[in-house]
This record gives sequence, structure tokens and C-alpha cells, in this order.
Amino acid sequence: MRNTDHTPNPAQNPTRFDIHLRAARVAFGGADIFHDLDLTLQAGSFTCLLGPSGVGKSTLLRYFADLVEGDVSGTITCSDNLPLTGRVAYMAQQDLLLPWRTVHENVVLGTVLRGEKPKHEKASYLLKQVGLNDAAHLRPAELSGGMKQRAALARTLMEDRPVVLMDEPFSALDPLNRLRLQELAARALRGKTVLLVTHDPLEALRLGDDVHVLAGAPAKLQNAITPKGQSPRNIADPEILAQQAELLRQLGAENSDMAEIPS
Amino acid sequence: MNMQNNPHTNRKPLSERRWLIFARPLIIIAALIATWQLLVVITGAPKYMLPTPVDVWTTLLSRYDVLFDHARYTIAETVIGLFAGAALGTLAAIPMALFSPVRFWLMPILLVSQAIPFFALAPLLVLWLGFGLASKIAMAALIIFFPVTVAFFDGLSRTETGWLDLARTMGASRWRLLTHIRLPAALPAFASGFRVATAVAPIGAVIGEWVGSSHGLGYLMLHANARVQIDMVFACLLILCAFSITQYFIVDRVLRAALPWQPDSLKPRN
Repeated sequence: MRNTDHTPNPAQNPTRFDIHLRAARVAFGGADIFHDLDLTLQAGSFTCLLGPSGVGKSTLLRYFADLVEGDVSGTITCSDNLPLTGRVAYMAQQDLLLPWRTVHENVVLGTVLRGEKPKHEKASYLLKQVGLNDAAHLRPAELSGGMKQRAALARTLMEDRPVVLMDEPFSALDPLNRLRLQELAARALRGKTVLLVTHDPLEALRLGDDVHVLAGAPAKLQNAITPKGQSPRNIADPEILAQQAELLRQLGAENSDMAEIPS
Repeated sequence: MNMQNNPHTNRKPLSERRWLIFARPLIIIAALIATWQLLVVITGAPKYMLPTPVDVWTTLLSRYDVLFDHARYTIAETVIGLFAGAALGTLAAIPMALFSPVRFWLMPILLVSQAIPFFALAPLLVLWLGFGLASKIAMAALIIFFPVTVAFFDGLSRTETGWLDLARTMGASRWRLLTHIRLPAALPAFASGFRVATAVAPIGAVIGEWVGSSHGLGYLMLHANARVQIDMVFACLLILCAFSITQYFIVDRVLRAALPWQPDSLKPRN
């Protein structure tokens, strides 16, 4: 109920450190998903990772969250010399809402799991920001797909971590809901370091400051495309459309059938 | 739901007619009793082989005090055994799910033990624990322990990996992960194990009574059987059935109410 005059979240704590991934290698069942992979996430920038299904986008994202088990090597360093662990928030394609907790209780889950005092006012504020203040007391089963993902976004924002890792968070939504949620996320996450995995080139160009394509086996990162202007960008912009064509070309380069499609 | 308002016939499906909700069980029971009566008439079976429904009903009413007195024991054994078995099953499942050495050493025992015919242990239990309640409670608890342990352990080991990932990035402690995510997530599995246990618990108690006791419906059945009071045997069976069904429905209701977010609680039932 407090802070009702807030404009959409002027990033409370902008992120001030770069993250350097060096010589990352992950192998499953003896085959390298990627090796010798370097990636820098600039402080406060929105990085998008595109690539064909199964290429290892999610694995790379999960690498940053320290969620990959098994045959893993490489280093992650932060420019402020503090560890990255404990400074990331994670949002997946599935909403991962706990069905026995209400929307509000799901949003405060992180504080509960850490044994902290839940910040109910902040949760209410964030739920209002994502347009769910009337649904705070409902259980996830009573929500639509778009509402569930908005609740998941509120839970991610609630963590207020400097780094946000998002794994195709909007891909299961209908186009209109996807557009709305992209806009919401772009504004709410401004100033944070974000890594977003997506298979939608337009989504990447709409939201990303740097757009990387991950392709091949073992997967390699292509040179980043950097769309101009502030996100969320207008996807009808001719320059964006030209960049989309370039991204599609990069995505199809590994696959001769795709390369034949005129852009 | 989508079958409502069929414009062609204007008839609701059977499952949606209100009056049938209560009438259905009554009609089924009436049909079963009629069949039973018919069977007695057709076969001409004597009363000491197959009593008529009327005979059994008369016995139920006239020997009400004896039946009720013995039923108390069986019900107590079953209910105590049910909760003791479920509690032990819970206590076994949690450390197995949490600690891999416990799982490593207990899992084979658990799997092999499911092949043991526990009813065959009844004579031993009576020998060790005596003719009283304790041996029957142990019998009921023993056969309940396994379905509950297996179902709950299974539920605890199948926590949605996305939730575990999320909890990990949130910095959850092992204990809070258990109490806030893994345990609640396993409750539907526990509930289905507990439902199975509820159905088998009275069997454990009655078997225990058959082997050695001086009270309970199982004892009364054997006693009456030996004296060719088959109407009494049937009366015991009826009480046992009524109790089992009632207990099952109470447990089912309580579990549904306790887990309102469970998928099958949200569906309408027939």
C-alpha cells in the first residue's frame, strides 16, 4: 500500500560490476556441449542469447547460476572481485510457482527459504506493478498462463539481485501477453545485468543491448549484434528488421536447409 | 461439464442429476440385497449355510450389544495401527530421501520386505505381543508401513527439478528446502499411500484377531463360525464393511480438504 506513487521501478540498485566467463566447458555423456567459451556481461546491460533448440543456451545460462552438474570447467569472475554466487535471480520458462502457496506467498518465497522476515509491503508493491494486486490471494491453478508468468516475474524482482538470468521466460505466452511482459520486464530490470535466453530473434532485438547467437556442436558464440536505442524497442523499425534478417542468417548458417530461405 | 444442455435430447447425463447423488448408493445396495435374497430362494440354501438378508438384519438388531462391544476393539486396533504405521512410514521416508547412505542401506530391505507375506507373521506377533490389542495394532501398522513409506519416499525423491533450481539460486538451506518445498510437494504422494493404507488397515487387525484374541470382530466371526451361527458371521462382515468404507471416506475427505491445491481435488467428482 505504501509507495503508490512509484513510476515503473527506476532500478533501485543499478549493477556496477562486469561478469567475465572464461574458458567455460560443459560436457554431457562425453560430448562437449561447448568448450573454450568466453562471454562478458557488461554491468547493467541486457544480453540476449539466441540459438537453435538443444544447442546449449540453457546450459550456458545455468552455468552462470551454478546449476550445471557433472563435467564442468571454466571460471566466472566479477570485476568487483566478489563471487557471483548468491547475487543472481533465476526465472525459467515454467513459472515454477508452488501450487500450495498463494501468489503473494510465492512472491516472498525467497525470503522464506532464507529464513528472513518476508517483506510483505514490497511484495504487494511488486504485485501491483505487474498488475496482479487483485490476484495476490489466489493459488497458481486459478491464474491464466500470462498471470502466472507475471507472478514469476514479481518473484524474480522481489529477490532484487544485481544479476537476473532468464531462460525463455515468455516463450509459452500468446503474442499479446508476450509483448506486454517483455515491456514490463524491460522497464523493471533496467540497470540490472540481465542474461536472457530466447529462440525468438525479435524478442532478443526488442530487449537486448547485446544479442549473441550460440550455434554449432560444440557450440560457439557469434559476434554480438547491438541494436540501437533504449529497450523495449519498436520491432517495426526497419533497422531492427534488418538485424533480424542477419540473426536468422546466423542461426541458419549451421543448417543448409535454413540457409536457402530468402531473408 | 461440456455435456450439459445437450440441445437434442434435453437430458442431463446420469452423473449430473442431483437426486441420483443420494439415490445411487441406495439403489445399488437395494439391488445387491435383492440379488442375495434371490440367491437364497433359488439355491434353497439352509440358514446355516447362507442366511437371508432378513436373518442377518434380525441378528444385527438383536445382538447389537455384543457386536458393538467387539467392533470397538477392531476399530481401535485399526485406527491406532493406521496412525502408528503412517507415522513410522513418514519417519522412515524422510531420512531415506534426505541422506543417501540411509537410502543405500535401507532401500534393498524395503524392496525385499515387500515380498514378505506379512499375514504369515501374525502368529509370531501374537506370541511376542500377546492376545491383547498390541499384537493387532502391530499387525495393522506393519502392513500400513510399507505403502506409506514407499509412496512418501517416492514423492520426496521426485521434487520438480525446476523448484530445486529456483530454491538453490534463492539460497535455501537444506532444512527449509525440505519443509517449504520437498515435504509439501510430496504430500499428494503421501496421501495416495495413506489411502491405500486405510483400505488395508482393517484386514491387518482382523487377521491378528483370527490368530489369537479374545475380543474383536475377527474373534467373534471365528467364534460364530465354529457354532454355525452364519447370520452372526455375516453381521460381523457387514459392520466391518461399513466401518472400512466410512473410514476410507473420512480419510479421503480430510486429505482432500488438507491439500486443496492438489490436481485431483480441483476436479469435480462423480
